[in-house]
Amino acid sequence: MPTITLIAHTGETHTVQVEVGTTVMEAAINNAVDGIIGECGGCCSCATCHCYIDSRWLDKIPVRGDLESEMLEFASSQAGPNSRLACQVEITNDLDGLVVSLPETQL
Amino acid sequence: MQKILVIGAGHGAGQLLDSLRRGGCEDSITLVGEESWLPYHRPPLSKKFLSGEMSQERLAFRPENFYTRNQIVTRLSCRAVSLDRSAGCVELDTGEWLPFDRLAIATGARVRVLPMPGAALGGVHYLRGIDDARRLQGDWADKQEVCIIGGGFIGLEVAASARAQGKNVTVVEAQGRLMARAISPAMSDYFLKTHIARGTRVLLNAAVEEVLGDNGRVSALRFSDGRELPVDVVVVGIGVLPNQELAADAGLASDNGIMVDEFAQTSDPRIVAFGDCSNHPNALLGRRLRLESVHNAVEQAKTAAASLMGQKLAYNQIPWFWSDQFECKLQTVGLSEGCDRVVQRGNPQAGKFSLFCFRDEELLAVESINSAGDHMVGRKLLVARVYPTRQQAADADFELKSLL
Repeated sequence: MPTITLIAHTGETHTVQVEVGTTVMEAAINNAVDGIIGECGGCCSCATCHCYIDSRWLDKIPVRGDLESEMLEFASSQAGPNSRLACQVEITNDLDGLVVSLPETQL
Repeated sequence: MQKILVIGAGHGAGQLLDSLRRGGCEDSITLVGEESWLPYHRPPLSKKFLSGEMSQERLAFRPENFYTRNQIVTRLSCRAVSLDRSAGCVELDTGEWLPFDRLAIATGARVRVLPMPGAALGGVHYLRGIDDARRLQGDWADKQEVCIIGGGFIGLEVAASARAQGKNVTVVEAQGRLMARAISPAMSDYFLKTHIARGTRVLLNAAVEEVLGDNGRVSALRFSDGRELPVDVVVVGIGVLPNQELAADAGLASDNGIMVDEFAQTSDPRIVAFGDCSNHPNALLGRRLRLESVHNAVEQAKTAAASLMGQKLAYNQIPWFWSDQFECKLQTVGLSEGCDRVVQRGNPQAGKFSLFCFRDEELLAVESINSAGDHMVGRKLLVARVYPTRQQAADADFELKSLL
């Protein structure tokens, strides 16, 4: 199982094991990591699972879709080039070691 | 230590528990749920869960250890049958009485049952919970002719899932357009065309009068004009009724839902109610509503949690919904009912557009297809009560964001 590290806005880090095929959003929810809400359950409808992907990993993740990009424009915390909705980032074996930072607020 | 009792274990109840513990509530909490499952996400039931793309484990609102870690006692597979307010107890169908100091009612809604002969035949399904979805999956696996009664959100999502699995699908809707309660006529028309283009037969203004059967199982539907439609499986999605009886029978004010104020308080100060079962005031829209949506359940749960902790967090939300059907992601914000002018932004032929629904100069709703940006800006505009002109709304080059 790949291991990923989630870094909360406060600096608190959580290193967790995640199943391939699940998402970064689920990793945060299932491990009680604050900073991800995921109100819509992971179908790219609410923009409350905004996260920042460590730039070293960006080329290992499929690029974001139009819908996701549009949602991110309205995320509560400023989106950047490495912003993603965590529900759209699926864990693969290539992402073992992935580092993700969480924004200050999702609402 | 005070006792908080939560009746109902849907999405809103899950949010309430999260908000209570996150908010520092140290009271004892007991959750009573009629289903055998801890709170889970219902929306995928008619979509990715039904199609088999999503496992049940992934539906969970929170993992199982959330409840143990937060010292929440869960009583699943039991139903609350009566509420004794003077004694401060709720009776379960097991015969037990659970005492409370404060009570949260999140009993949700139940499906409206087909009111006609033959409705109880085998092969006639409803979709509300995991067990319903599993039964449907198992039943239609080897069957071909599927009829959906009711062209609302659930019916059409199930229809899209059935088509995606290669079944022959007929949608029967009693009204003259699809999703009439939730979206504008122009958007209904877009969905009608979309479903027809994907091979679904859609019968509007069609009234089913009887479900015909053979050996205890559905074989056909008979319409009011005498026509018959042979079917293997029927899925009924004709709306829901609020589960208000527990409250109403105990004398709490109820009328199309349990009446609450902007703090989710019922007419008894120890008792809150929220989610699908509640009839609540919406200050932004200036009227009372009863909504069946995740957003409402979540936001009202936060309000109810605050009230249970002796704080005040007024519910102040513009409703939003979503639906996924084939390649269309519908996102709506606001309520289009009563709109007199609809302006189109974007390109329906390209499957990416929004309808801005106005009443005079006031923007009432934004309905978007694969246009999340319009949806998100619509949410902000409606909350801020900042309305674009119809020309601005129609001009895709005009940055609506600039109005905020």
